[in-house]
Amino acid sequence: MTELLQLLISGLTIGSVYGLVAVGFCMVYNTTGVINFAQGEFVMLGGMMAATASSGFGWPLPVALVFGVFSVTLIGLIAEKLTFGLSRKPEVLNLIIVTIGLAIVIQGGVMMIWGTFPKELPAFSGEASLKVLGARVTPQAIWVIGVSVLIMAAVGFFMKKSVTGTAMRAASSDRGTASLMGIPVGRLSTLSFAVAAGIGALAGVIITPLTMTSYDHGTLIGLKGFCAAIIGGMGNVYGAFLGGLILGAAEAFAAGSGGSGYEDAVAFLLLIVLLLVRPSGLLGGTGGERVVKV
Amino acid sequence: MRGEAILSIEGVSKSYGGLTAVSNLSFQVAAGAIKAVIGPNGAGKSTLFNLITGIEAPVSGGIVFDGCHMNGLKPNRRAALGLARTFQTPQIFENMTVLDNVLVGRHLHGKAGLFAALFFTGASRREDLAMRSRGFEVLEKVGLADKAHEEAGDLACGQLKLLEMARALALEPKIVLLDEFAAGLTRQETEHMMTIVRGIRDEGVTVLLVEHDMHLVMNLSDEIVVLNFGEKIGEGTPEEIQKDERVIEVYLGTEV
Amino acid sequence: MSKYRYSQATAPRWFSLSVFLAFVAVFPAVSPNAYFLNILGFAGIYVLLCTGLNILMGYAGQVSLGHAAFWGLGAYISGVLTAKFGWPPVVALAASVVGTCVVALAVGIPTLRLKGHYLAMATLGVGMIFHTFFVQFADLTGGPSGLVDVPSFSVGSITIGTTLGNYYFIWAWVAIGLMGALNLSQSRMGRALNAIKGSEIAAECMGVDTYRYKVIIFVLSAAYAAIAGSLYVHSINFVAPATFGFMSSVLLLTMVVVGGIGAFWGPVIGACILSLLPEYLRAYEGLEVLLYGLILVGVMMFMPNGLAPLFSNLRLRFRSVNRAEGGG
Repeated sequence: MTELLQLLISGLTIGSVYGLVAVGFCMVYNTTGVINFAQGEFVMLGGMMAATASSGFGWPLPVALVFGVFSVTLIGLIAEKLTFGLSRKPEVLNLIIVTIGLAIVIQGGVMMIWGTFPKELPAFSGEASLKVLGARVTPQAIWVIGVSVLIMAAVGFFMKKSVTGTAMRAASSDRGTASLMGIPVGRLSTLSFAVAAGIGALAGVIITPLTMTSYDHGTLIGLKGFCAAIIGGMGNVYGAFLGGLILGAAEAFAAGSGGSGYEDAVAFLLLIVLLLVRPSGLLGGTGGERVVKV
Repeated sequence: MRGEAILSIEGVSKSYGGLTAVSNLSFQVAAGAIKAVIGPNGAGKSTLFNLITGIEAPVSGGIVFDGCHMNGLKPNRRAALGLARTFQTPQIFENMTVLDNVLVGRHLHGKAGLFAALFFTGASRREDLAMRSRGFEVLEKVGLADKAHEEAGDLACGQLKLLEMARALALEPKIVLLDEFAAGLTRQETEHMMTIVRGIRDEGVTVLLVEHDMHLVMNLSDEIVVLNFGEKIGEGTPEEIQKDERVIEVYLGTEV
Repeated sequence: MSKYRYSQATAPRWFSLSVFLAFVAVFPAVSPNAYFLNILGFAGIYVLLCTGLNILMGYAGQVSLGHAAFWGLGAYISGVLTAKFGWPPVVALAASVVGTCVVALAVGIPTLRLKGHYLAMATLGVGMIFHTFFVQFADLTGGPSGLVDVPSFSVGSITIGTTLGNYYFIWAWVAIGLMGALNLSQSRMGRALNAIKGSEIAAECMGVDTYRYKVIIFVLSAAYAAIAGSLYVHSINFVAPATFGFMSSVLLLTMVVVGGIGAFWGPVIGACILSLLPEYLRAYEGLEVLLYGLILVGVMMFMPNGLAPLFSNLRLRFRSVNRAEGGG
C-alpha cells in the first residue's frame, strides 16, 4: 500500500510539471490556435537560467529563481514578436512548424552557450524527506505540487473571469471576427506566448532540483505535456492540468509494475487513444472544431 | 422519363443543438425538370443541399434518389449515383489548372489506380487522353475552353462559377444541385448561366437550384418550393407561387 | 491535337529529371574523394525519404510528424532479418516493405479519419511509440546501442559493399522513386490527391473517396520510407534507435518544407542541401542544430513555398529570355 502511495506521489510530482506544461500549451492554443512546440524548451530554459544565476553568478536562490522565470518570459515575448509577428503566411500549420524551428533554435543556442553538461539547482527548502502516511515525500515535491496547483488556479481564474482572458478565448475561436470586434489579436498572441513561456520557466525552475537540466531535456517534457493537454482537453486549463496529473500517475504505475523504459510510451499511447475516442479531451466540451471529416 | 420523381425528400429534419434548420420537409423533384428552392435567409436552403449531398445526416426522415435510399451514403457514393453540385462559395481547386479542375469532375469515369499512376501504363494513358478530350468538350460548352491551362486561382468570380458548373457537368450527372449560382454575377453573366442551365435540362439532366434572384427563378424554373424556418410553406409552378398568400406574406410582410 | 497535351509541366520535367539523373550517374568520375561520394549516397536516402513524405504532405495535404518511424521500421526489419535470421537481403528488403506497409495501414486506417492537426498529433505519437519499441525490444533490435553486423546488400554472389556500389544502388532506387512520383503527379490519382488538398469537401462531392485515397497515399509514403530504411541499414551495416526519433522526423519535415511542399523538385533540393550542410559544421557543437532551426523558421516565415518555386521561376525567366532573343 505504501508502495502504491509512493508511486502515486512521485507520479503526481512529475504530473504537476506535465500539467503546467499543458497549461502553457493551452494558453497559446486558446489564443492563437497554434500548438507551440517550443513550450518544452521554455521549461528547460527556465531551469538553465536559474541554475546559471545561482551557481554561475552566485546569486541567492530566490533571486535566481525569479530571474529564471522573468528572463524566459522576456525571451518568449521577443520570440513571438520575431516569428508570429513577421510571418508572411501566418496560417496555423505554418506557425506550428515555425514553433518547431524555434524549439530547435533554442536547443542549439543552449548547446552552444552552455554545452551539453547537465546543470543543477539546489532544493528550495532542504533535502530532508517527510513521512506522509508511510510514504516518503521530499520537500521539493511539495513545492512542485503546491506551486503548480496555485498557478493552475490563477491561470484558470484569469482565463474565465478577466476581460483579457475572455478576449483571448474569443480570439482563438474566431480570429477575424474578434479582430473586427476591436480585440487586439496581435497583442494577445504575444501576451499568451509570454505567459506560456513564464509558466514553462516556472515549471522548469521547480523541477530542476529533482531532475537536473540540460539542453535536450525540453523535448520530451514538451511532448509529454502536450499529450497531457490532449488527454485532459486543450480547451480547458483545469482539464489540461488534470491530464498532466493523470499522465504522471500512469507513467509512475507503468514504471512501477516492471515496465521500466516503456513508461515513455505511455504518454503517446494515451495520446492516440484519446485522439481516436475523445479528441476534445476528458474535460473538454464539444468544443467547436470538427475533428472527424465527413 | 419526364414526370416521374427522380429525387424525393421524405420527412427530413435537421437540427443543431437547439436550432432547427429543417423541419419535417417533404417534396419531390420530377425527372428532367428545373426546380427552384427559395426562401428568406436562414430558411434552411443550404442545410437542405448538405443533406441531399450527404455532407450532413438528417436527424429523421430520408432522401431517395433514382430509386435509391441514400441515408448513410457518403458524398462520393452519392456522386457515383449521378448527383453533382456546385457550391455557394466556389470550392475550386485553386492549386490546379482549369482543365484539371474539370477532370476531377470526370474522376468517376476513370479506373486507373495506384499501380497505373506510378508506372503510367498504356491503358491509363489512353484513358487519360479520353478524359481530357471530354473535359475539353465540357469547357467549350460553358465557354471556358480558352482558359483550360490557366491556374484556376487566377479566374474572375464569374468564371469560377462557370468552372464549378463545368466540373459538375463533367460528372455526367442525372441531377445537378446549383447553390446560388447567380450570386455576384452581372446581368449578362446571369443570362449566360441561365442559357447553360436550360441546355442542361434539354439534355435530360434534372436541375435543383437554390436562388435569391426572383427574376431568374420565375423565368427559369418549372416548379418552385418555398421554405421558411425550415418548413415548406408553398410548392407549385411560378404562377401559382406568385399568387400564394403565405409566400407573399413571408416575403413582403403581413397584410399589404 | 495540342489541346489534348498534358499539363504544361510534364515534358520539361521529364527532361530535367533525365538531365539530373545523368549528372548523378556521371558524378563519381568527378568526385573529389570517396568520402564525398559517401555523403551523396546518404543524400540519396534522404531524397527517397523526402519524396515519400512530400507525396503525403504536398500532393495530398496530410501532415506527418512521425515519418522517421517508418524509416526505422524498414531499417530494423531488414537488418534483423538479415543479421539475426540470415535471410537474403533481397527477400529482407521485400519483407521490410511489406511489413512497414502493413503497419502503416494499421496506423492509417483509424488516424486518417482525423482532421488537420489532429492527424499530425497522432503521427507524432506513433513515431514516439515506435522509437520506444526500437529501444526496448533489445533482444531483437540490440537495444539502445543498436544492431551490429548487418550484412551488405547482395544479390546471389554479387555484394554491394563499396562506397561506389552503394552510391549507385541507392540512387537507382531514388531514380525509380522520383519517376514514380512524377508519374503520380500527372495521373488521375495525382489529380484526385491534389483535389483533396485543394478542397476536401468538393473532392468528396465529385466522387473522390477521400478517406481511401488518404490511406493509400499514407501507405505509399511508408513504402518509400521502408525502402530507404533497408538501403540505409545495408549500406552502413548498422542501425540504432537514436536515428529515428522525433528530431529525425522534424529533420525530414524541414527538408520537405525547405525544398517546397508539393513541388516535384522540393525533396531533392531540400534533402541535398540539408544533408550536405552538416559536413561544413561538424566542428561547432550546437551550431549545426541552431542553423537547422533558423533555416526552418526562416523558410516557413519568409518563403513558405520553399526553394523550388525560385528554381522554376528562374527556368521560366530563362526560357522567356531565350524566346525573346530567339526571335519570332
